[in-house]
Amino acid sequence: MQIIDEKSNKTILLLGNEAITRGAIEAGVDVATTYPGTPSSEIADTFSAIARYLKSQNQTPSFYFEYSTNEKVSLEVAAAASFCNLRSLTCMKHVGLNVASDAFMTYLYVGCKGGHIIVSADDPACHSSQNEQDNRYFALFGSAPMLEPTTPQEAKEMTRLGFDLSEQLRLPILLRTTTRLNHARGPVKLLKPKQSKGKGFFEKDPDLVTVPSVARKQHPILLEKMEKAAALSDVSPFNEIITHGKKNRMGIVTSGVSFNYVTEAVKDLGIEASILKLGMTHPLPPQMCKRFIETCDTLVVVEELEPFLENQFKAMAHDMGSSVKILGKSTGHFSRLSEYNPDIVTGTLAKIFKKKNPLVVPAATTVKLPRRPPALCPGCPHRATYYAAKRVAPETTVYPTDIGCYTLGKEPPLEMADLLLCMGSNAGTACGLAVATDQKIISFMGDSTFFHSGIPPVVNAAHHNHDVVITVLDNRTTAMTGHQPHPGTDTDGMGNKAKRILVEDVVKGCGIEHIEVVNPNVIRKTSEAFKRALDFKGPSVVVSKAPCILLENRDKRRQGKKIHTFMVDQIKCEGCDICINEFGCPAFYHDEKDLVQINETLCNGCGNCVQVCPAHAIKVRKEEE
Amino acid sequence: MKTSIVLSGVGGQGVITAANILGKAAVNGKVNVHTSEVHGMAQRGGSVYCTVRMGDVSGPLVASGTADALISTEPVEALRYIQFVNKKTKVVTDINPVVPFTVAVGGEAYPSLDEVFKEIGSRAILYTVDALGIAKKAGGSITRNIVMLGALAATDVLPFDADILLETILENVPEKFKAVNKNAFNGGMQALTRR
Repeated sequence: MQIIDEKSNKTILLLGNEAITRGAIEAGVDVATTYPGTPSSEIADTFSAIARYLKSQNQTPSFYFEYSTNEKVSLEVAAAASFCNLRSLTCMKHVGLNVASDAFMTYLYVGCKGGHIIVSADDPACHSSQNEQDNRYFALFGSAPMLEPTTPQEAKEMTRLGFDLSEQLRLPILLRTTTRLNHARGPVKLLKPKQSKGKGFFEKDPDLVTVPSVARKQHPILLEKMEKAAALSDVSPFNEIITHGKKNRMGIVTSGVSFNYVTEAVKDLGIEASILKLGMTHPLPPQMCKRFIETCDTLVVVEELEPFLENQFKAMAHDMGSSVKILGKSTGHFSRLSEYNPDIVTGTLAKIFKKKNPLVVPAATTVKLPRRPPALCPGCPHRATYYAAKRVAPETTVYPTDIGCYTLGKEPPLEMADLLLCMGSNAGTACGLAVATDQKIISFMGDSTFFHSGIPPVVNAAHHNHDVVITVLDNRTTAMTGHQPHPGTDTDGMGNKAKRILVEDVVKGCGIEHIEVVNPNVIRKTSEAFKRALDFKGPSVVVSKAPCILLENRDKRRQGKKIHTFMVDQIKCEGCDICINEFGCPAFYHDEKDLVQINETLCNGCGNCVQVCPAHAIKVRKEEE
Repeated sequence: MKTSIVLSGVGGQGVITAANILGKAAVNGKVNVHTSEVHGMAQRGGSVYCTVRMGDVSGPLVASGTADALISTEPVEALRYIQFVNKKTKVVTDINPVVPFTVAVGGEAYPSLDEVFKEIGSRAILYTVDALGIAKKAGGSITRNIVMLGALAATDVLPFDADILLETILENVPEKFKAVNKNAFNGGMQALTRR
């Protein structure tokens, strides 16, 4: 496994996320925790893959790693390790920090002991998220020192050196990344890993118990630490000024991946300016920023999302009595929306610096292209659950949904996702809908989501006797983020045997009296179960159990078993199109003669279409067919 | 010197793997490289594109109209990313359509391949390859992405030798699949056809 077996000093290609894991290992990390979420997942998956690989080689990993039940738990687990003077890392997607924020805000008062890196993977442009919140404000909000890498190489170094910074300040460090760093690959130079400690010792300290009297004492200490952090920011190797061409009074302030776009734009356009590249973006280096403002008449601030740097530079300029012109979002030069790219940055800098923009955006094609949105895979058991539920639900039924592959049930023809806020919201909103309307409510969440934040609203439904049907789609994995284990699976992130917790047992313990456990691949019985659940007055839970088809087929292939695909018997097919218009398996299509066919390479061989077809026209494809 | 390559296709066709191999080959060829890719939602049968930039570059994203090559494992997915090409860009696409589900359900239409190829040909230098056919002949439709890498190597866009790319591919597959991948790569190299 190259990431740990390759010699030190070698340069290898690493994903930004892999580079963060490598950086932590080079720093001798002891405990790493996460709840998976795009675009952060591969940081944790790399820890998991290394642990399992070493196990297969009869070696012991130098760290403990776990996929915790949610981000808050993952932060608490790692913080506790830090209190025992171990180095720890917690990674999550941006919205995960909302979940962990309760622990995060007070953890900063207490401070850490062993170095602790908290990775927030933000997702400008919402590539795979429900919002594009800018988590740099969490650093400001809670007073956390923050580092923002521009490349995988820098991500590795910031992680590695971030542990030292964290121990120097006795504060956890927020390593703030964005999708274009997490999912970018670049050359990374490896350094020799430091030895991890293994076990620490918890020294009792009354100041670790944040009762009001302690909190009042800790808050001023946190502010003092941030003063010290500001001084360290002024000498941080991650903050630097790069001058292009002859020195003049034009400056560009930037950080993160925007720095890459700025660098190329400045070179391509032949711009002469000084670039203040900020790697430590909280606290900003006060003296360095002050000197930079003094040397400029105009400052262009290039940063994605919110005017985080821009507003702070305005405040600094104001306090200095400087008349520097600051161009950015407030002047309409840059947007607060989405992510930046070379087109946006080159185009805007060309305008500001009065250069000819060499980029020509070709006219859009006039050929009408069919959309290709992501869809539930052929053979996905969620499709069968949706289909079975829809057949017995009244027309006006509301379907609150949740975060996972099954959100794709929003697409036609199923259209069974009506309301979504965040992880676990399906069951909470189901309770509210039951209060607010007389419509029937069937909510859906995945098994991993159930353990993450789906249990409290189930308790709520039971306690208040809300008339809802809550469905747990138990496919025995966290599928959307890359098939991570969770408390309902029998192995953990280290590849060790783990206690498998059954959803139906938990639901029973939550006080739910009507529980249906079904195999969605038996569609008729699943429909009957939903019918009974709908008829039950009060809260009911349907646990729909069938493994993710991708995992099932992967296991079959590994065991050398054949996957039998299906085909349409054209003599029997009556062209009713139920398979397409109601079941909606994407392996089905109309050929040029308008006959219904199954794409052989897409079919995953679940055979559920056989149950759906009223003409019995679907059969196993023989080799020669 | 900069080389910018866009790789596109349908989630599950191995587009990310191809981009990753291309990046590793650049490192093996001692060329600076940055790549970008899509994960998560886009994998579930959606449209996917990755970028690979080599040489004097600071980041992985390709600006509009600046790709040196666009390679696609699906014809419509080549046209979908046409904003990256200019008249000199070499576009290489597989000729085998994967009809998206929106055609069957959403009443959308898959354009004729002639129309797709004409449109691409009017904007760039178009090459076509029966990648699926070659992959099947090589021993597995799963190597369609490797066929496309072979075809890319034949365009002379890469700043390193085709041998380095092939060696990198073979380094990254298990022993028992080396022969299949080698056949796929060589098949792609030989099959590149100017449209």
